[in-house]
Amino acid sequence: MTRTRIRNGRLIDPSQRRDEVVDVVLVDGRVDGYLGATETGQFDREIDAMGLIVAPGFVDLHTHLREPGFEDKETVATGTHAAVAGGFTTVCAMPNTNPTMDTANDIVFVIEAGRRAGFARVYPLGTVTRGEQGKALSDTSEMAQAGAIAFSDDGRPVYDARLMRYALTNSLKHHKPIVNHCEEPQIADGGVMHEGRISDLLGLKGQPAAAEEVMIARDIELARQTGGRLHLAHISTEGSVKLLRAAKRDGLPVTAEVTPHHLTMTEEWVLGNVDGGGGTSPRPGPYDTRTKVNPPLRREEDRQAMVARWPRGWWTSSPPTTRRTALSTRTAPTTRRRSASLGSRLRSAA
Amino acid sequence: MGAREEGFDVAKLMTDLVASLRSEAAPPWEGRRHVLDLDDFSRAEIERVLETSDRMKEILARPIRKVPTLRGRSVLNLFYEASTRTRVSFEVAAKTLGADVINVAASGSSVEKGETLLDTVRTLKALGADMLVVRHKDSGAPYTVAQHVDLPVVNAGDGLHAHPTQALLDAYTMRERFGHVDGLRVLIIGDITHSRVARSNAWGLAKLGAEVTFCGPPNLLPPTGLCGEKSKMPWPVRVELDLDRAIEGVDVVMPLRVQLERQEGNRLASLREYARDYGITRQRVAHAAPHAIVMHPGPMNEGVEIDADVAHGDHSVVQDQVTNGVAVRMAVLYLLFSSAPGTRQPLDRNGLVSANGRNGKEAH
Repeated sequence: MTRTRIRNGRLIDPSQRRDEVVDVVLVDGRVDGYLGATETGQFDREIDAMGLIVAPGFVDLHTHLREPGFEDKETVATGTHAAVAGGFTTVCAMPNTNPTMDTANDIVFVIEAGRRAGFARVYPLGTVTRGEQGKALSDTSEMAQAGAIAFSDDGRPVYDARLMRYALTNSLKHHKPIVNHCEEPQIADGGVMHEGRISDLLGLKGQPAAAEEVMIARDIELARQTGGRLHLAHISTEGSVKLLRAAKRDGLPVTAEVTPHHLTMTEEWVLGNVDGGGGTSPRPGPYDTRTKVNPPLRREEDRQAMVARWPRGWWTSSPPTTRRTALSTRTAPTTRRRSASLGSRLRSAA
Repeated sequence: MGAREEGFDVAKLMTDLVASLRSEAAPPWEGRRHVLDLDDFSRAEIERVLETSDRMKEILARPIRKVPTLRGRSVLNLFYEASTRTRVSFEVAAKTLGADVINVAASGSSVEKGETLLDTVRTLKALGADMLVVRHKDSGAPYTVAQHVDLPVVNAGDGLHAHPTQALLDAYTMRERFGHVDGLRVLIIGDITHSRVARSNAWGLAKLGAEVTFCGPPNLLPPTGLCGEKSKMPWPVRVELDLDRAIEGVDVVMPLRVQLERQEGNRLASLREYARDYGITRQRVAHAAPHAIVMHPGPMNEGVEIDADVAHGDHSVVQDQVTNGVAVRMAVLYLLFSSAPGTRQPLDRNGLVSANGRNGKEAH
């Protein structure tokens, strides 16, 4: 039996309603209790967490581990390594690999790769449609049995409303959520930032809020129709929050996620008109390519809606997508980041 | 015989120019490093360009159009997008000031092998460029270069965003015709959404005190200029959808090119629709002020946004714009070489005198 004491940290654990400076006692890696600073005991190991936050392992609902097919960008091992470095002990892996996660074998491959790497728990998602082509449904029941946690054509929406309807109906059988990428591609139309004052100013093609809200409105009505389990990926606008609150009022089985950057950053960052990270850092200037994310950073009103009006009990979080393409514009040099997950970002920001 | 005399006159002119530039109390371009857009220009800085352009225009009027001011400096024209008038205009401007000009186009260069913009620029800097003139199809590309490479950058047009030297030559042309820009009513017509010319002019003209109106089909106006978000347009300009109402009494009519290569379909039903509702015809110009001028950034689609008889008629100053473009770009290059920290300065007054004193043919 190994006893560990984490000293002097600020413990934040919403599940226990705790936010206080207290020592945490672990026995064989599991939380056994709490001690005041002056209380004593016998421990095999003591960790000093002065000035640090102690929290339960975070869960990342939305990662791209890129394996198989895009190992030049990320692998299950590099992605999960970065995850634990940032405090994430469980990650869900999106299925837009090459080949895409269409079968039970694909799902097992990723689970095994995660087990071999030994960093974080890995829960893969399967595709909704074969090859994410939006033409024919994948065998979601088989993948659910193999361990798929949910289904998504992430990176693109299930554009065909009829297929989305049938996918939601199928979720009544396997009880796993259908996770839709909330973007109407014709309205988004290749926009690289939020459409509004700043996109006009910078001459960048905008992506209006309606591109997201139209897709969410459709999916909520399909969930109402079918009773299927719907989860909406990375929502970002005030209008989306309103739609979700209305769906929740109606008792629909709908959940959603928001990314940390949509809770903290706005389109002003694209303009570079922000503090460049505190202290002496210079302002980053306009066209900061690090602010190019999808969905785009929105208005301050949208950010506030995310923070203040998120329905209680729906709080789920998601990391930024880690795509190289998401970190660079066409004009910028592409940065090769093998493990630029939320974890490493949080660490570098700290 | 006249040529030799002119050579001396040029030297004297440049001496006067340098002297007069230096005599002003607070040089408004002090410390400027780049010319990326006019949004960060003060009115004094813009006026300084216009005044300097007057002198540059005198040089261009001489039979021998060459001075040694930027001798030994090299200006790099890096054009990632097709261009005739802007590229040649910068080239003529730099050569007239005595600079060496290196032209690099994206096609036929290592860009085609996948080299990034920044690596290309770093390579060209290592090869000896002192100043970069860049055009790129993506908005913001010159900003990225300016942030990451230690070279003064002049934006020669970036995507949909900015074209500051075009806006400066437009302002210069208006000032030449009217004697002032302050108070002029300027109407910019057409595809505003995709126009870097409109964006830069909105800044430049507003700073000089002109009253600017954007007019065009609803789908080609900036989204914030339309219903609902009216108050959020980033520039101090008005929006008008009806050309016949907007053109009433204006001093400057500036149709923009309908960017056929940028039309994504569906924004316009047809060019016929466009020409009918927004084409600049002689009948429409008749409703502008009697002294109104018609400008166009070029290249023109005659019969679409502007009728041929207007484009080449009495009100048109299109050719003046092109000619003035060289003088304005000379002024921009000269002022930026003078102001950019760490950049090799233009030959100073003594340098000018001695260079020409030793060798009267230097200016040739």
